[in-house]
Formats: sequence, structure tokens, C-alpha cells
Amino acid sequence: MEHTPPPFFVRGPAPLVRLAFFASLSLTLLVLDARFGYAESIRTVLALVAYPIQQAARLPVLLAEGVAGYFGAQSRLREENEALRARLLEASLDAQRYESAAAEVASLRRLIGAAELLDRKSIPAEILYAGRDPYARKVVVDRGTQHGVRQGSPVVDQSGIVGQLTRAHAFVSEVTLLTDKGQAVPVQVLRNGLRAIAFGDGASGLLELRYMAANVDVESGDLLVTSGLDGTYPPGLPVASVVRVERDASSTFARVLAQPTAGVERGRYALVLSPGTRLPDYPDAAADKKGAKSRRPRKPAADGS
Amino acid sequence: MALERRQHLLLPVRGGIIVASFACALLLNFLPWANATLAPDFVALTLAFWCVRQPRRVGLATGWALGLLVDAGDGVLLGQHALAYSALAFAAIALSRRIQWFDLPAQMLHVLLLLEGAQAVALCVRLATGAEFPGWSLFAGPAIATLLWPLLSWLLLLPQRRPAALDERRTL
Repeated sequence: MEHTPPPFFVRGPAPLVRLAFFASLSLTLLVLDARFGYAESIRTVLALVAYPIQQAARLPVLLAEGVAGYFGAQSRLREENEALRARLLEASLDAQRYESAAAEVASLRRLIGAAELLDRKSIPAEILYAGRDPYARKVVVDRGTQHGVRQGSPVVDQSGIVGQLTRAHAFVSEVTLLTDKGQAVPVQVLRNGLRAIAFGDGASGLLELRYMAANVDVESGDLLVTSGLDGTYPPGLPVASVVRVERDASSTFARVLAQPTAGVERGRYALVLSPGTRLPDYPDAAADKKGAKSRRPRKPAADGS
Repeated sequence: MALERRQHLLLPVRGGIIVASFACALLLNFLPWANATLAPDFVALTLAFWCVRQPRRVGLATGWALGLLVDAGDGVLLGQHALAYSALAFAAIALSRRIQWFDLPAQMLHVLLLLEGAQAVALCVRLATGAEFPGWSLFAGPAIATLLWPLLSWLLLLPQRRPAALDERRTL
């Protein structure tokens, strides 16, 4: 006790000890987050702390947009208005046709006893900004759990699938784009019904169909639509069109690259569909598995017990 | 040489200035940047500055906490920036006595090394968790941030400079 230095010389633990402490703390968090997904509650709290700063950071952009919009030419607005009106007319015609067709399909489906197609709820959302993470392709949208969106929901725009809502915060959510390396969509070639899985190709902004045999019947220009087999994406939505098929004699698989139809990297608005699914359980699955593609099966189990 | 250049003593730093500078840096980091790889990391730069200038007040704990905030705000793996910033703070504190003796270009060389090191730590973390390498442009962001070092050090030392006229009028 009497050998401790006077308080004005005390500098706490040595820097190297501090580094070891904080590094191990960080590594623990990293493993918990990346491997087990246990860090979500901490993340929720931290995201709430960061939220006001993020909102404040958007202010200058909003201001600039507001000023630019104020001075936007009125004639341009009028033209746009007329074009939109014409498109609305067309769309309403299509909608009427769709209504009657949907009714017909529903009655036919009832007739054959098939499960009725779910009418999915959709929540319009605005894409706020691209994620700051250079390692992943993500955007942030202005709808969160407070607005009723849920993790795992598919996100679409007017011309096809944009991505999947992978993390829902209170007021904003992160959407992983189709082109992200870790994002996969079950698709079907519209021309011949061939099923495949489209993976993001990262920086190139394309999708890749993996594990397609070298002699597979896919041509450049084929439209890929969702097959709906995973129960996450509704079937029949356009995903991408094939731009290149490379068949190499030395490889077992063909390399099929496709360009997303939706404005994955450019759009401003998107629809968040509800992740509703009526898929039956897998025959060998445990009773607690709800059939929905859940990335972390641990979590519902922990909540339920 | 360096002593000749540094003519007047600085006032002691106020805690509020440090907090405010970190808040501003977070704000700048959360701006919707068009290109995420080229955007300079203002929090890392500010952290490096205070660790060099005030190694007893700003250190690894500050860096770690800021890193967690940035992680949550950017929606990346929790701990990625925390680890990078703790390493950055450690290196900056270790170099703090050395860096202040150099003139600005040499200081910037040190800072470049510090920031690229922090970026490399984050890169290692992401590669270990299975991300793809996003390209060498990743290391352009810290280089751009380094170019902001003279501006940042002038700006952040501004509140500590006493007006020159005060010295001349002093009777002593």
C-alpha cells in the first residue's frame, strides 16, 4: 500500500495492456456478432444513439434538394405531370385486367384446392443513402420496425426485385442489394421454367447463376423471374436478364451473368413487401421451424423458451 | 528548428472542444457520401489528432466507444471500427511525442501510416469474416483524409491560441 506512487503520477494500466483489453473486447463482440448474432440488442441501443447524428447529417442534403426543387422549372413539372397522367390511364387499364385475371386465377385455384396466393402488404419506402460499408452493397431506407416493416422482407421497385431487408432498426432499415456477394435469390428462366439461384457478383453490379451445367439451356437475353421456392420472394417478379453465357470446355459449369432489371443501384423509391409465407414445413424439419427462411434459427427458439 | 517555428504557447484544451470535434466528425462521417471507399474517415482523423495532442485525455477507451458508434451507424459488424480505432489510438499515443517535433509534411506522413494501418485492421476483420476484397481504392480514403490534416490541426488548435496582441500589451 505505502509503495504506491502519489496520485499525480498514476497513469492507469500500461498502454499495451489497454490495447490488449480493448482489442479482446472488440474481437469478442465481432465473434458474437458475426458468428452467433448475439450482439443485436447492443446494436439496437447504439443505433438509437447514432440516429440523431445521422438525421442531422441528412439536413444539408435535404436543404440542397429543397432549394434545387424550388427552382425546378414549372414546365418540366407540367410535362412530368402529363406523362404521369397518361401512364396512370394505362396502368389503370392494366389494373382492371389484372383484377379480373386475379379473380379468375383465384377461383381456379380454389377449384383445384391449391393454396391461395397471399396478397402481400406493401410499404412504400424512400432510399435515404447508400451504406458506408465498402465491403457490402447495402442501402438504408426510411422505414423501420415502427412503420411495420420486418426483417427478411423482399424489397422491390417498379421494374423488379431490388434486394432484401436484412436489418430493421426502429426508424430506418438496411436493405442488402441483389448484387451483394452474400445475397441469393431463387429464380426461374421465364422462357423454359429452368430453376436456378442467382448470387450477387459484387462490384460488377451483375448477378451470377451458379452451378449451371455447361450445356444448360440459357441464352443471353433470357428473363429471370423469382421462383418463390424460398417462400421469401413472391413468385413471378422480374429479377434480371441474362447478358452473358460463357461455356468453357475445361469447366463443368457454365458461367451465366445477368443484369438486374430493377434500378438496384440508382432507384429512389422502393416497396417493402411483407415477408408472409404459407410454405409448409420441411418434412424432416423440427416442429418449431416455421418454414420461413430464417437466418438465425437460434433466436425464435430462445424467445419461445 | 521546430521550436523556433512554434512561437507561442497554447492554452490548455477545454473538454467541450474535444467532445464537439468528435460530434462534428461523426456528423461528417454519416453524411450520405456518394462513394464510400473514397470518403475520408473524419472520426479516425480527429481521433488521431487528439491522441497525438492530448494523449492523457483521449485514448483507447474513447476510440473504442466511437468505433462502436460508427459500427452501429454504418451497419457493419459490431467491433470492426472499434478494433481499428483502438489500434489507431494506441499507435497515435505511442507516436505522439515524436510527431509533434516534425513539420507538417512529415506529420502527414506519420498520419498517413496511422490511418492506413487502421484501414488495414478493418480490412483484415472483414476478410476474416468472408467479405470480398473491394479493391485497392480502399486505401485512397485514408490518403484523402491525410490531406485534411493541416486544415484539421489549424481548426482544432484555434480555440487554444491566445490572441497575439495580448502578449504585446502585457506589461509583465
